[in-house]
Amino acid sequence: MNPFMKEMRVAYAFIERNINLIKRYWGWEVVWLIYSLVNSLAVTYIGAGMEKITGQTLDTQYLITYLLVGTLIWSYLSVIFYSISEMIAWERWEGTIEYTFMAPVSRATHLVGTTLFAIIYGILRTLVILIIVASFFNLDLAGANLPGAVLLLLAGSVSFVGLGIVAAVLPLLYPERGAQMTNAAAAILLLISGVYYPVETLPAWLQVVSSASPATYVIKGMRGCLLHGQSTRSLLSIVFILIAAGTAVIMVGLFIFGRVERYAKRTGRLKRSG
Amino acid sequence: MSTPALEIKQVSKVFIKKERAKRFLNTKKEKVVALSGISMSVSRREIFGVLGPNGSGKSTLIRLLSTLLLPDSGTIHIFGHDVEKEPFAVKRLINRVSVDAAFFKKFSPLENLAYAARLYGMPIRQAREKMRKIMLRLGLKEETFTSPMENMSRGMQQKVAVARGFLTSPTLLLLDEPTTGLDPYSKRDVQAFVREIREAHRATILLTTHDMEEADRLCDRIAIIDEGKIIALDTPQGLKRSVSRRNGQDATLEDVFIELTGKKMEEKEQDK
Ligand SMILES: Nc1ncnc2c1ncn2[C@@H]1O[C@H](COP(=O)(O)OP(=O)(O)O)[C@@H](O)[C@H]1O
Ligand SMILES: [Mg+2]
Repeated sequence: MNPFMKEMRVAYAFIERNINLIKRYWGWEVVWLIYSLVNSLAVTYIGAGMEKITGQTLDTQYLITYLLVGTLIWSYLSVIFYSISEMIAWERWEGTIEYTFMAPVSRATHLVGTTLFAIIYGILRTLVILIIVASFFNLDLAGANLPGAVLLLLAGSVSFVGLGIVAAVLPLLYPERGAQMTNAAAAILLLISGVYYPVETLPAWLQVVSSASPATYVIKGMRGCLLHGQSTRSLLSIVFILIAAGTAVIMVGLFIFGRVERYAKRTGRLKRSG
Repeated sequence: MSTPALEIKQVSKVFIKKERAKRFLNTKKEKVVALSGISMSVSRREIFGVLGPNGSGKSTLIRLLSTLLLPDSGTIHIFGHDVEKEPFAVKRLINRVSVDAAFFKKFSPLENLAYAARLYGMPIRQAREKMRKIMLRLGLKEETFTSPMENMSRGMQQKVAVARGFLTSPTLLLLDEPTTGLDPYSKRDVQAFVREIREAHRATILLTTHDMEEADRLCDRIAIIDEGKIIALDTPQGLKRSVSRRNGQDATLEDVFIELTGKKMEEKEQDK
């Protein structure tokens, strides 16, 4: 068998494991899906209620779609981010981390398996939310550029994979606080990436920060595609930048991960004594 | 002469324990010397025992061999491969069983073992057959193979852990207190299996224990370790002889330990 197929087979270990985890913890899965769904609905209703809030006539339909795009894309990107950043946290929690780190598996293969799972899972989950939320509002995506949207979403996934790796380091460094720190990082991305409002609304210094978040470009491009039917051709430069920046973040992420793994092995943080 | 299975030279490991003081950002640091200047060599197909009280550094030694910890100083070679410089070559040759049976609690034994098999790149169908065989051999019942691990007794879980360790046919198997906390029957099953592995397969086994009797029965040679240092290293007979010569009657490993440290092993453990 060629080396690539061999690595892919090893990567499948992580896919199968994650599918099993979902099967075994399906209760959590349902709770989390309900949480995301209700969250998306609540945000989208802000748009639906805007005429009543302001007492003025507004393009409510546009507002609804605007917010819905934000909330769905955010839901997808955060699934990618969390699935990857949790690749260490889960094993630490179950106590299996030493066994996985002892196996002859490169961190890159570990990551490929985790990422493939995250993308498939993220897409399925977002589709379920989209179908249910769409049934509450009448969406008008007639003029939307759907293939462009999919392309942009996949390109955006790359950088979120990279951010996920960087965040995955936290539970290695901080056994107790690591997971909460990941939450804080996700919340900051939500604030600065223009998920629910144009980034231009933010104070000037936050706008500078926001230009460093890949989500800013994904969400802006998505709105272009879905609300204004922006052509795929005009998106290509953003897609290219997202993939290039994402690849760089992944490389940096793997480098940081390698260093932190070494540090953890020097200081005995992989696991407390036993 | 062929390269030894394991060659440890002057290995030391110190941990820094942070003790959170009451004042903000003011942490006290305490050094714990887990291993200090350990040297030893294990031949191929030997069952080598590391015997010592709790906290003497046994698990730290095993983790250094499994690439889970890096030594502060000294070198470790496993079949000629440097643990620090060639971790992948080492990982392919070893497996480890630890005291705590670390599994995905909601997964069944077969699911947990399948995960391990895939991580080691084993063809899954062959691996499945092997898992069943090993688990049956260890006295586990077929009907437990597919129910969640969290419903199993400690003894059964530990048997699954031993099965996982042996599944990948390691040439060096590291057993970290594999029988601690097991009932006498499970203990005997595991010990019988350890002997069988060495006889039927060409494996070298490094076993840590604080059970003197187990060390005496299973091991070809034993290193007695205390406070991170090897204080004696010989065959069980050799160790006992070194004491009985002075007392004039049959000595036990317990006598050896008392002779060398001035204390019983249990007293040592209570000190900790
Ligand atoms: N990861 C770690 N971090 C801090 N201290 C540790 C760690 N692992 C072991 N120690 C300390 O090192 C000493 C030796 O521990 P260990 O090797 O687990 O002994 P044993 O396995 O013989 O009981 C103990 O004092 C223990 O508290
Ligand atoms: Mg121990």
